[in-house]
Amino acid sequence: MPLIWIILAVLALGAAGYVLGRKRAVSSAGGDIRILHSLPNYYGMNVFLSAVVPALLVLVVWLLVQPAVIQRQVTQLIPDNEVMNSGELSLIMSDVRRVADGLDSAVEQGALTREEARMIRTEFTNIRDTLASIGVALGDDVNADVLNAAQRYRSLQNTGNTVMAAAVLILAALGLGYAYSRTHKDFRARNTVERAVLAILILASTIAILTTVGIVLSMVLETRDFFHLYPAREFFFGTEWIPSFEGGSHLGLLPLLWGTLYITFIALLVAVPVGLFSAIYLAEYAGRRMRGMAKPMIEVLAGIPTIVYGLFALITVGPMLRDYFAEPLGFGTSSSSVMTAGIVMGIMLIPFVSSLSDDIINAVPQSLRDGSYGLGATQSETVKQVILPAALPGIVGAILLAASRAIGETMIVVMGAGAAATLSLNPFEAMTTVTVKIVGQLTGDTDFSSPEALVAFALGLTLFAITLGLNILALYIVRKYREQYE
Amino acid sequence: MTDASAPVPPKSSLYATSDHVKRRNRTEARFRAYGFAAIAIGILALILLVISIVSNGASAFRQTYITIPVELTEARLDPAGNRDPAEMARVTTFGYAPLLAQALQQHLQGQGISMEGVTPRDLMAMISQEAPAQVRALVLANPEIVGQTVTMEMLAGGRIDGYFKGRVTLETAERDSNVSPAQLLLADRMVEAGMIETRFNWAFITGPDASDQRPEAAGLGIAILGSFYMMIVVLVLALPIGVAASIYLEEFAPQNRFTDAIEVNISNLAAVPSIVFGILGLAIFINFAGLPQSAPIVGGLVLTLMTLPTIIIATRASLRAVPPSIRDAALGLGASKMQSVFHHVLPLAAPGILTGTIIGLAQALGETAPLLLIGMVAFVREFPDAPPEGFFDPTSALPVQVYNWTQRSDPAFVERASGATIVLLVFLLFMNAMAVILRRRFERRW
Repeated sequence: MPLIWIILAVLALGAAGYVLGRKRAVSSAGGDIRILHSLPNYYGMNVFLSAVVPALLVLVVWLLVQPAVIQRQVTQLIPDNEVMNSGELSLIMSDVRRVADGLDSAVEQGALTREEARMIRTEFTNIRDTLASIGVALGDDVNADVLNAAQRYRSLQNTGNTVMAAAVLILAALGLGYAYSRTHKDFRARNTVERAVLAILILASTIAILTTVGIVLSMVLETRDFFHLYPAREFFFGTEWIPSFEGGSHLGLLPLLWGTLYITFIALLVAVPVGLFSAIYLAEYAGRRMRGMAKPMIEVLAGIPTIVYGLFALITVGPMLRDYFAEPLGFGTSSSSVMTAGIVMGIMLIPFVSSLSDDIINAVPQSLRDGSYGLGATQSETVKQVILPAALPGIVGAILLAASRAIGETMIVVMGAGAAATLSLNPFEAMTTVTVKIVGQLTGDTDFSSPEALVAFALGLTLFAITLGLNILALYIVRKYREQYE
Repeated sequence: MTDASAPVPPKSSLYATSDHVKRRNRTEARFRAYGFAAIAIGILALILLVISIVSNGASAFRQTYITIPVELTEARLDPAGNRDPAEMARVTTFGYAPLLAQALQQHLQGQGISMEGVTPRDLMAMISQEAPAQVRALVLANPEIVGQTVTMEMLAGGRIDGYFKGRVTLETAERDSNVSPAQLLLADRMVEAGMIETRFNWAFITGPDASDQRPEAAGLGIAILGSFYMMIVVLVLALPIGVAASIYLEEFAPQNRFTDAIEVNISNLAAVPSIVFGILGLAIFINFAGLPQSAPIVGGLVLTLMTLPTIIIATRASLRAVPPSIRDAALGLGASKMQSVFHHVLPLAAPGILTGTIIGLAQALGETAPLLLIGMVAFVREFPDAPPEGFFDPTSALPVQVYNWTQRSDPAFVERASGATIVLLVFLLFMNAMAVILRRRFERRW
């Protein structure tokens, strides 16, 4: 039974329960709803919730757990001699899954009957050709073990789906029956419904925690695998990045980190002065009309997706820098460079720095300004000697947040910075960053047990740790500063 | 009484500014100019960016077509002669190509246009490689037209198209192995004869992507559909979850460790680099839960997790903006806490929540990096099914399509990528304008 039908069936049960529950409550009060403990709709709602919520929860958990369980069951069927290492196992398993799905879709399209699909043998049929004819491409011929595992996979999945559908529907019916039997004019329906709704609200707000746990767990587990295959010391202190899928890779973090920090530095060199000065101008000098016009225009820059900045770097800024600076000055001939990515990223960060600083400058009490003007200071002297020192912690926080953005930015560097991992000082040379390599190692068909793919998770964890650290530091500084004036 | 022997104070006048004041005024003017320059740089960068994208991409919306009568000879297209589409399908696109070449050649001869310096092979190269496939699809859909002479409109080759858009010139054609100046001159003569015209290119917006060799046929249809599917998933998941979480945190949550943990997590998630969400999606939704790669459902889930903090922050702000007197009034009339929130506070906060949701969706629409990791870069030519099954079919997404096209070697794809970016920006502009209008019309200040 397709998923959507299960969900619709559960919802239909719930809707029926709503009507039934409401009716029963009203009739138990003899048609006089004033005697009811709660409004009639709450009785209906109570039946609806107890039918739908547990059933859907079980459905979600089942959907998440079933693949993992089936995977474990099927893996046991694959003989050890075929599994030299866990790397090949995952390849075999993906074959198994593909054969199983292929057989299913063959049945669906009518190329095979259900019986034929179940009885198919490697000795009699070339499964690869059969599946290719319905558009399922296999990399290799199917051997008996894989087919066996695939058949087991299919039957387990079939049973699993059937049992799941039955369990979910029975649970929904049970919930309906239970809530219906409790429906009575003295039943405290509103309180029950409100407790359930509160539980749902709490559940929704724990998603944030679950996401963080998911992020950390997914990266930590894979990173641990990576460090089993590749020494952590060489990863953190290696100065060479030469991945090769045949083995013998050098996967040193330092060149990537250098590229990241170099580009971030240049981006901040662009964004901090421009952003800060425009914030000062908007807050202290600009008239109402100028502010009303310039502020939205700068904020538009914040709404532009990074892919657009990436394209801008690729087709305009990169060639321009190469033709007018790098080549005439003899710095190199690459249009993707640290400078290209840095400048474009700086433009992206201008509104970020400017709007954060704007808030901070506006938060400086007017009395400080008035005092300064009263002593005869000019506006710029007031800004430089009174406002900026007072706003400094907030501005430092803003710069740290901008740096964390720059470090985690992906598309601009993928399209503007290049892919060569070098430790060089020349800003017109192509360099690469942590994020570029995460994309590079994980895009396309990758084997998730080789260190070359797993290193991406270690890189991701490093990135996560750095940006998290910067954010916490920035928030700490900003919060500390805010306490001074409030 | 003044003391005559007191030292004379330095000359200073109210009418002439002293050097010191002049210096201070100059500093002031300079400082002000810096500020103005900073704003000018920001706005200039915006203008440059828009000009660069528009000037590169506007031409993607126009396409060059060659119109010629083609004789659909029965001997080639339907050797059996029974008009059975199943049998006719055996004739591949390679069987159709010579037909078109012949038709073009005959038509040129008939019109008296000289084909000087152009071999029949070159002539074929002027028509897009996509054209035979289009003719084949047309014939298979209407088998009865075999044997007739039909006037066909076909895509011109990428280089010919580039010539009319100014990307290819006679000089660059000298150095280009894919096109010769003779072909371009012939194209000029064909324009005079009315065989070639350039007009609006709907296929760019509705058609599927095409391979590396035929930029002229590449379209955004699947990418737009994929992005749309993902937006549906994000809307359906992120809006209820985000609103529920905000209501709990803003209205019910007690001050304790658990609440603090949630708050800290939300503010941190808002600052986690987007690519990390891609890693999460890859590890959990694809590798662990076994969902298919390139599917809008996975993209939608990842983008949901990314959008949640935005929606939660916006929703909480608009819940907070509802004055406490509303809650007090509801409670005073005997409503429960839950009733006061759902019947009174939430409806009043709805415009703000909606605005925040639209802005969150706009962010999600432009997000690229996490989608690269969950396999959205795959080349997809099949349109996905209608939802909900379509959520599990492979698709592309608008921003990923832009990235994809920039990775291809043919320079014609730069035009396509910029054109796709224009489409993306138009969508974003539309969404943001909607958010602004909503805010203007419905926002209440108490």
